Amino acid sequence: MSDNKIALVTGASRGIGKAIAEHLANDGMTVIGTATSNGGAEAITAYLSALGNEGCGMRLDVADSDSVTEVIKAITERFGAPTVLVNNAGITRDNILMRMKDDEWDSVINTNLNALYRVSKACLRGMTKARWGRIVNITSVVGAMGNMGQSNYAATKAGAQGFARALARELGSRAVTVNSVAPGFIDTDMTRELPDAQRDALQGQIPLGRLGDPAEIAAVVSFLCSNAAGYVTGETIHVNGGMYMA
Amino acid sequence: MSNIEERVKKIVAEQLGVKEDEVQTEASFVEDLGADSLDTVELVMALEEEFETEIPDEEAEKITTVKLAIDYINENLA
Repeated sequence: MSDNKIALVTGASRGIGKAIAEHLANDGMTVIGTATSNGGAEAITAYLSALGNEGCGMRLDVADSDSVTEVIKAITERFGAPTVLVNNAGITRDNILMRMKDDEWDSVINTNLNALYRVSKACLRGMTKARWGRIVNITSVVGAMGNMGQSNYAATKAGAQGFARALARELGSRAVTVNSVAPGFIDTDMTRELPDAQRDALQGQIPLGRLGDPAEIAAVVSFLCSNAAGYVTGETIHVNGGMYMA
Repeated sequence: MSNIEERVKKIVAEQLGVKEDEVQTEASFVEDLGADSLDTVELVMALEEEFETEIPDEEAEKITTVKLAIDYINENLA
């Protein structure tokens, strides 16, 4: 399906991002995965090489504008301009709002939401020029349902979906689609931090009766990045085992 | 007609999908040549490539006519 497209996946060292990077590599794209540490970037290079992919891992802090500019430039020089972007990097700093600190609020907004502005903007030139592009934001069911202790995280995830709808309108005439995938509770390090009691309670709210697998998110992202998905834009696809049905 | 003027007009015609003879020097990209906001951004990108330069955003926003584009290139590059 791919004529050697360059795909950029942020936050690809583990969890959902890693599953997405592997899936896009198997789709035939050259994948660049980013991580905030050198160790993470090396791990990405290792698993991409194992798949025979020409891409690599790179160190990128999506919360830092200069880092974003540098990395996009380096990718463009070495591989060509990315026309597939998966904004996956994200963090949580949970606290009920009455106890939330400025830095908990600010760091989540900066990494999860401001980064969309930085990274997407840096990739748009290549996409509009190619008259083809795919941007997928990984959001969360929490952006739609809310979740106790996650006002900062929920705000960024709902914000990312609004961002996608506005950008989809701006870029439609250039055949660039912008969508969101909203995972429910997926079995990753992020959800492993939850207390057991909360995990059990959650499971009871999921019709399919289990947490999701990162590969089940990657499959939907892969579809949205394909040529076949060319008429889907501005949409949020929920992948949550039925715990929230939009 | 200067070489720069010809090159600018050729790029404007290509980017906006209009005939080169429609690209009058006084023409406005949006009002006369039917460009939308994205077209004008892409036009500046094309000029940057043709003349191997970077046009800062605050300057790019002022380039709204063929003449202003030619003037900018003449003043900054020629």
